[in-house]
Amino acid sequence: MGFMAGNFTCKEVAALITEYLEGSLTLTQRIRFQMHLGLCFACRNYLRQMKYTVATLRQLPSEPVPTQVREALLERFRSWKHEQSSPNSSSDS
Amino acid sequence: MLLPFIFSRKLVLFLAVPNLSDPLPRDEASLVRALQDGDETVFSAVMDQYSGSLLRLAMAYVPSRAVAEEVVQETWIGVLEGIGRFEGRSSFKTWVFRILTNRAKTRGTRERRYEPFGLAGVDSEKDEGSSLEDSLFVAEGSGSGHWVDPPQGWEADTPERALLSKECRIAIEEAINGLPDNQRQVITLRDVEGVSAEEVCNILTISETNQRVLLHRARTKVRRVLDPYVRGGNS
Ligand SMILES: [Zn+2]
Repeated sequence: MGFMAGNFTCKEVAALITEYLEGSLTLTQRIRFQMHLGLCFACRNYLRQMKYTVATLRQLPSEPVPTQVREALLERFRSWKHEQSSPNSSSDS
Repeated sequence: MLLPFIFSRKLVLFLAVPNLSDPLPRDEASLVRALQDGDETVFSAVMDQYSGSLLRLAMAYVPSRAVAEEVVQETWIGVLEGIGRFEGRSSFKTWVFRILTNRAKTRGTRERRYEPFGLAGVDSEKDEGSSLEDSLFVAEGSGSGHWVDPPQGWEADTPERALLSKECRIAIEEAINGLPDNQRQVITLRDVEGVSAEEVCNILTISETNQRVLLHRARTKVRRVLDPYVRGGNS
């Protein structure tokens, strides 16, 4: 299997996986990383699991904002707009 | 396209490509001007676009959902108070999220939840960094550095399928909630809400390196939680 494949150990590959996905490895590191992947199915699986994890997180349903919060803010917006359009309102009221 | 707008606010947020059916102005300068001019349609569209993400991020700072909702409300009020002076030194989105993180930190400190980065925090982060992957690998001898339990192909072929299980979704949410605050903030913005690395650094005022380190730790832990739910038939 992939033991000592390329220059990196599996543990090193696992530690660098986010830097690889973020595109922040140096060219040499990236080549060594990819050489290891080419020879090690366990690390290839690990990389796929990481990508899958990210894709799964992206699919979480969005956090619902209560309608009363939304309504309260629209109310607030209207009174803000009113103050904006009548600059003297503070002395008027 | 109308369909993505209906089915996935996240997708629209991510692509940020306004279109004919979208009430949001094409470019940021027009968006800001419309808000300054008191265009309610634009305000409500912007609110709908960002509030879910703001709420999720706020929950990474404060102890309860109710407080997080208040923080989101305070954020939009802050937007109204500040929009007249908005100069575009950062993107509008970054600016809104920065208002949120500032309010959330204040609230989090008051509610005794949020601990700003301190020296002790940095040290424990370092310790965690070295031990994060240790248990997965052989420590000594000829197999040193190799997998103790080599990763298998995961059974579920699409992320949607993994999320079909409610149990699995709850486990992921709990894994995120259980992360240290700074890791939770980064993974929430980057992976759950799809914000770019550059924007995350600007919103959270952290370096690119720090962003990557926190993201790596967070992803590594969530992967581990997800593993038993999507492992192949051998489980
Ligand atoms: Zn390997």
